[in-house]
Amino acid sequence: MAAATARTVRGKIALYTLAIAFAVLAGFPFLWAALTMFRQNADLYDPTHNPFVLTRPATFSHITDLLKNTPYLQFILNNLVIGLAVVVITLALSLPAAYALARLMGRWGERIGIAIFVTYLVPPTLLFLPLSRLITVIGLQDSIWSLVIVYPGFTIPLSTWLLMGFLRSVPRDIEEQAQVDGYSRLEAVVRTVFPLALPGIITVVVFTFTLTMQDFIYALAFVSSSSSMTVSVGVPTVLIRGDVFYWQSLMASAIIVAIPVALLYNVFLGRFIQGFTLGAVKG
Amino acid sequence: MAVVETKSLHKKFGAVAAVDGIDLETEEGEYLVLLGPSGCGKTTLLRLIAGLEHPSDGDVLIGGQVVTHLPPRARQIAMVFQSYALYPHKTVFANIAFPLAAAGVPKDERPDKVRWAAGRLGIDKLLDRRPRQLSGGERQRVALARALVREPQVFLLDEPLSNLDAKLRSAARDELKEFQQRVAITTIYVTHDQVEAMGLGDRIAVLNEGRVQQIGSPNEIYHHPANTFVATFVGSPPMNLLTRDGKLLGFRPEQFLPVAAVGERPGQVVFDFAVTRVENLGSDRYVYGHLPAVDPEAKVIAKLPSTVTTPVYVGDRVPFAVGGGDLRYFDQQSGARTDAGEAKVTP
Amino acid sequence: MTVAQRSADEIALGPRRERFLLDSDRLLGPALLAPAVVYLLLVVAYPLVLAFLYAFSDVTTGSQSLHFVGFQTFIAAVQDPVFLTTLRNTFVFTALTQLFVVLFSTVLAFVLTANFRGRWFVRFLVLMPWTTPVALSAVIWLWMLDSIFSPFDWFAQLLGIVPPGGHIVFLGQSGLAMGSIIALQVWRVLPLATVILMAGLTAIPADVSDAAEVDGAGFWRRLFGITLPLLSPVMTVALLFGIVFTFTDMAAVFVLTGGGPGNATQVLASWAFYKGINGGNLSVGAADALIMFPVLLGLAAILLRIASRAEVN
Repeated sequence: MAAATARTVRGKIALYTLAIAFAVLAGFPFLWAALTMFRQNADLYDPTHNPFVLTRPATFSHITDLLKNTPYLQFILNNLVIGLAVVVITLALSLPAAYALARLMGRWGERIGIAIFVTYLVPPTLLFLPLSRLITVIGLQDSIWSLVIVYPGFTIPLSTWLLMGFLRSVPRDIEEQAQVDGYSRLEAVVRTVFPLALPGIITVVVFTFTLTMQDFIYALAFVSSSSSMTVSVGVPTVLIRGDVFYWQSLMASAIIVAIPVALLYNVFLGRFIQGFTLGAVKG
Repeated sequence: MAVVETKSLHKKFGAVAAVDGIDLETEEGEYLVLLGPSGCGKTTLLRLIAGLEHPSDGDVLIGGQVVTHLPPRARQIAMVFQSYALYPHKTVFANIAFPLAAAGVPKDERPDKVRWAAGRLGIDKLLDRRPRQLSGGERQRVALARALVREPQVFLLDEPLSNLDAKLRSAARDELKEFQQRVAITTIYVTHDQVEAMGLGDRIAVLNEGRVQQIGSPNEIYHHPANTFVATFVGSPPMNLLTRDGKLLGFRPEQFLPVAAVGERPGQVVFDFAVTRVENLGSDRYVYGHLPAVDPEAKVIAKLPSTVTTPVYVGDRVPFAVGGGDLRYFDQQSGARTDAGEAKVTP
Repeated sequence: MTVAQRSADEIALGPRRERFLLDSDRLLGPALLAPAVVYLLLVVAYPLVLAFLYAFSDVTTGSQSLHFVGFQTFIAAVQDPVFLTTLRNTFVFTALTQLFVVLFSTVLAFVLTANFRGRWFVRFLVLMPWTTPVALSAVIWLWMLDSIFSPFDWFAQLLGIVPPGGHIVFLGQSGLAMGSIIALQVWRVLPLATVILMAGLTAIPADVSDAAEVDGAGFWRRLFGITLPLLSPVMTVALLFGIVFTFTDMAAVFVLTGGGPGNATQVLASWAFYKGINGGNLSVGAADALIMFPVLLGLAAILLRIASRAEVN
């Protein structure tokens, strides 16, 4: 359906009202967190103060406290390392698989593609127990590398499915022309199809990376020492020390991650929807 | 030695035989057209020759060598697709140089070869552009330059004119023919457009249902069709076919003219033509009707050039004549020519 | 030597085996596919099988080996007094969450596919609940629903629902706690469902709706008579995705309430975690988790049938 424009005044009012309502409902918690982040303790913990107004001047001390006196930066570093490693592994495995499914396997390709996608639906809450035991057996318990090994279990299915759609959108002619021009099929694909599917590949990279940031249960189950924790696990466990909650720092820790990730998603959203529908429609 | 040969070539997709036993031999430097309706197997045949499909049975030979199981890059061919398949992310120069890189031609030798190929197609000024900046005709020339730079034994062209505007098409057709005559490389060209085929081909192979119906020069195909399929596929409007005395009788619309215009020619056959419709197209008049005395069911078309001014009106019954030598006879069951001797058929 | 001859010779002289693999479509396909398939077998299929084995055994984190005990573990798991509560909670949690998600996401999908000023910003805000790692947004909610300092207390006092200085204990009362968890989950899943529906909406051709408009159908009739029916396959997919996701999710519960107060908000997934990791009883944990499996299999089957029907289209 092409983007409709509300043509009646009533329609316009309804549209804007709904848009604003949803925006507020979605964004309020983040607003709240952002406000809290900069509040001095005396301001924050005084129940007589209007929570939406900073009665005392804003302060960055909680943020610096977070960055200097907690393992937060280590958490972020861990996420970056894990994310990068998982992206590499995922691309290395799912790009060839996606090409094989898109071009080389015919009707079987459709079926296997669906089967691979179904593995994405196997919930982590089913697998985390046996995996935690396997991780211990291999000796990777309490290490970020345990996560690097396990995460591709869900990033590969999703990436393969998305990439199938993107690769199919490159015209078949181009591959065949490259073969006639003198390359083997594999070389032809690497030299012509992949460069042309690059926007799709980048989208998949971004999505895989952000997926690794989302996981909670595996990180919680496999890692217990704070130096190896990811942001997801570290913030609710380490930064909440016993009964003492450093709320401003906690809020900062959430906002610092939330905003860049949301920006990234927003930029790539259009492509993601494209890949989603391409994957669903028979090439 | 034929540049391209196929021997008993078969290709099945599941239960469907796309190519059902084709034996073909090209002649040196010729422009061979594979003509037929969609689904007749002409593109499959081309792809089998190119190596983009594997035959179910039979062999392909190029330059005397059996290439049946070799990949496309080993066959010394060059191919141009319907879409031209120019690499959108590369410049025209890089497009043309692409096969050179694939063959391992040293980098310093490439610019000369690219310029040579571009020069022969008159696109030297376009080398820095990208495909999206080119017109349809320019793209065709880039695709041809890229094919030429390989100095292949045979060019394979898959309906390259179909994507062009009608206006461009005849100019592009001219260029193609002239180009091929200049470089004198054997060319196999696939099309469903019989006007294109007649205009371009040194020989035409008419295909239907995976088999070659007839192979011959445009003149042979047109005037001496081997069966009813060829007779009705080639020529617009198609050849008239009537049933008479258990046989099929055929003659071309432009050979069916009013007696009043052609007079009494020896050997000609006269029919009573009942006219049902007249279309005046400027250069020709198409007269539609039937021959009540011979085959009241069959629709007959006569094509009168504007130089024939005999008045013909709807509802008239006018005597029309066909020259005796212009009549063709076909078997009613098989469709094959029965007054044989003049038709070349490939079984 | 022509260029074509050069590459032809290279083939003739090159190593035969390499040529065979690189150019053989039949071999290349499986070869390219194999690494990913093997990886998934190791990291997904194998643990899944193990989960089954654990559930039929008495294995704990200290165990050296696996002893088969038939259905004993399942019986023990089911007879646990908390089990029924978790089962009920899981269904309530999933059903209510998805109900709200379907309603809101449909409306939101229409809103976001319409043109209006500031659409980019609204989209950005609406996506944030999904894109933010769940643990972090749960922590934000934890603060937002704090029993003393919640801004909702402020609103409630302003509106007179609560006396001045009064507090709503969101996470301490079982009903409110469940409500809070459902609210968090709806807030979080809504963007995903909306995006799926938006993709579906953009796939609907404009002509159908336009033709109806020309025929005189008003806004609501077009909506319910044409657009929604055309959208229903996509809605079903989004719904099933959401159900699978929510049914097996434990993060919201874990961070907000830890399953409490008491075990009032415990769900199967979080319960399996407590039993298996904190309690070390792998077999019981696995059994609890596996009980989710039949439901999931059923849903997967439905999803697959929809997927294959969509392909036929």
